[in-house]
Amino acid sequence: MAKQVGMEVGIAAAEAVGLCNIDMAAVYPITPQSHIAEHLSDIVADGRIDAEFVTVESEHTSISCVSGASATGARVYTATSSQGLMYMHEILPIVSAMRLPVVMANANRAISGPINIWNDHSDIMPQRDAGWIVFFAENGQEVVDMTIQSFKIAEDDDVMLPICLNMDGFQLTHTVELIEFPDQKEVNKFLPVRKPFATLHPDHPISMGTLGMPEIYAESRKSQDEALINSKKTIFKVWDEWEKMFGRRYKPVETYLAEDAEILLLTMGSMGETAEIAIDELRKKGMRVGLVKLRLWRPFPFEELKAVVKKAKSLIVTDRAVSFGGPGGPVFAEVKSALYNEKERPLVYNSIIGLGGRDVTVKDFMKLIEDAAKAGKKGIIKDYEYYGVRG
Amino acid sequence: MKKKKWPETWQEINPGCMVFEPASARSYHTGSWKAQRPVWDDSKCIKCGVCYIFCPEGCVSQDDEGFFRADLDYCKGCGICALECWPGAIKMVEEG
Amino acid sequence: MSIIENFDLFAPRLIDKKEYFCPGHRACQGCGEALAIRLMCKALGPDTVIANATGCMEVIASFYPTTAWELPWIHLAFENAAAVGSGVEAGLKALRRKGRIPDRDVKTVAIAGDGGTMDIGMQALSGAMERGHDMLFVCFDNEAYMNTGIQRSSGTPMGAATTTSPAGKVIQGQQTWKKNVAEIMVAHNVPYVATASPSYPFDFMNKVKKARKVKGPSYIHCLSVCPTGWRSASEETIKLGRLAVETGMFPLYEVEDGKYKITIEVDELRPIEDYLKRQGRFRHLTPEQTEKIQARVSQEYNKLLDKVHGLHSWSDLEFEWGLFE
Repeated sequence: MAKQVGMEVGIAAAEAVGLCNIDMAAVYPITPQSHIAEHLSDIVADGRIDAEFVTVESEHTSISCVSGASATGARVYTATSSQGLMYMHEILPIVSAMRLPVVMANANRAISGPINIWNDHSDIMPQRDAGWIVFFAENGQEVVDMTIQSFKIAEDDDVMLPICLNMDGFQLTHTVELIEFPDQKEVNKFLPVRKPFATLHPDHPISMGTLGMPEIYAESRKSQDEALINSKKTIFKVWDEWEKMFGRRYKPVETYLAEDAEILLLTMGSMGETAEIAIDELRKKGMRVGLVKLRLWRPFPFEELKAVVKKAKSLIVTDRAVSFGGPGGPVFAEVKSALYNEKERPLVYNSIIGLGGRDVTVKDFMKLIEDAAKAGKKGIIKDYEYYGVRG
Repeated sequence: MKKKKWPETWQEINPGCMVFEPASARSYHTGSWKAQRPVWDDSKCIKCGVCYIFCPEGCVSQDDEGFFRADLDYCKGCGICALECWPGAIKMVEEG
Repeated sequence: MSIIENFDLFAPRLIDKKEYFCPGHRACQGCGEALAIRLMCKALGPDTVIANATGCMEVIASFYPTTAWELPWIHLAFENAAAVGSGVEAGLKALRRKGRIPDRDVKTVAIAGDGGTMDIGMQALSGAMERGHDMLFVCFDNEAYMNTGIQRSSGTPMGAATTTSPAGKVIQGQQTWKKNVAEIMVAHNVPYVATASPSYPFDFMNKVKKARKVKGPSYIHCLSVCPTGWRSASEETIKLGRLAVETGMFPLYEVEDGKYKITIEVDELRPIEDYLKRQGRFRHLTPEQTEKIQARVSQEYNKLLDKVHGLHSWSDLEFEWGLFE
């Protein structure tokens, strides 16, 4: 029988990992991930799980360490944020190229400079091309559910790719939410012991991480790309299984009142819940607005997104990261490019919001949408703009 | 392991570029590199095995009578064995 | 003919005949490092997992789709051999405890060049040693970043010409002294630290065997002669390794629980010219520069002797309750 508790989401993430029978975790603390690391070490120290807990001396080492352990066949976990994720940057593409199923939590936090410990998405965006499966969780329940799902997806023989689960730092990790935890028996049934494809052991010596000459490098990259694209099948399969066992449905692109909307707003992460209230308010005023929430970032859900937005007149993509001197925020650039060749597509606007932990309220969302509606009537599209920046 | 034609297609390439066959580097014959090769004078050889120990390739081995020979498929002709041989039983001879 | 200390004519028959690092690898002719790896693996045996940093040995032995290794082997990046090794050790430990792999000892060995150990790899090495993983770390020191084209590292000896410390008109060669990583390891309370050279193969292999037996961290610093980078004759690799020891430039010692012991005794040190003149990387040195280096080498050797005679084993220095009275 599942139990519902009020729990800080960061702690809940660690509790979810505790249910997954991991063999090893390596963490280096960084605000706002630290509660995940701390609580996980509590769980290990109390003997509630049997895992090697390695407190490493840097994030570069934590990702290298879990990769080494994953190569031996262990189920592994790590967590980081912002500068830590940037420090791991060198190794991230190697983990996915070597097809190691590492599961990592990223507590989204702005990257320096200036140094800022509060929430935005500028840490995960530079890791776009690292070849990892990337999810965004919107609330504590999703954090717990997707943590458990991630191990199953990553370790599947058809996937064998690392997964990064994003949860907004402080906004999510340090808020107390009502969460329903599956019990250990149910998780054991859903997530059996890892059966690795290939491992490091003297009984069958193999070499991992070999040198790829120009003759085969491109083929290796394509094979990895295909694996990432194909992983969608397994992701959907696991989400089906989850619904059957626990009743909660997960989709790559979630919608709220989007079916008959003229104006759509697109968000990622915990802002989605605030945006829903704004949508409700605007609907009361008679505007036909709706919300699109992107849960699956990589592999990018092209078909699902196109299907959801095609009937709308305008789509406002909110970005919580900047691509300096680029064609707009990263999410906007990807969405616009995904829709470019479609016959039926909305006008796409970009609003950069919520940088460095700046709060985005219901009123802010309402203003964003109303401004875009006005611009849409006049046929104005700006490349991208910053919302709420003084000056 | 199924024999694959080189260079492989993207479907054939091992995931993560893992190599499942240990010591498969033997297929590459570095012996073509050498400009000189070691020749043993068995009459002087005391079968101490120093040439075997010091070969960076590990291509020196004993024949049935216990004398040492270099596998010329791999010998790079570095000359270490000839220099280290105690009784001077090994001479480096020009190739070709 | 040079004499190898404690050499038994029949001893070669006692070493493992199996090659764990097979021929077909693309090391240069006369590569001291390839030889060292070959001998190290014989001493380690098959129950070993190797975590290798980017460098000469990683590149020459793992051209997809082949590998020269007969041991399980993993490579990730340049600076994280010790980090990956830590992970392998932790993973194997957890899996063995949980019964998912056979219940027998498998040693994790992390290997890296001088760059991957003492420069870019220093952080990972220090962290791994501090955490006390049951892991042997072997540094194959060829005294420069050889794989990328002979650039200097903190392991390059004073005066050596490398491509980033060339012998120019104003500055002649490396201007800093070689970093002593073995001492750093002793300061990390690593229970077994040793310096070694494949020119003394049995000393090297015995040290590897000893390190392997340690249930905890251990470190071996192996001087690897590089004919390509040192501009020396390929057949003189072993001879140069011997000269490095005989001149005191690279003394072979081990530190067990803090107790220093020189394992290859040299009755009278030879002048360093004997070693330097055989290498092209030192040919620009003036007699004055050589004298300076000689003075330092002698001083370092004396420092080592001081430790050999003066320092006690850590277990001898255990806490005595009467100390505060």
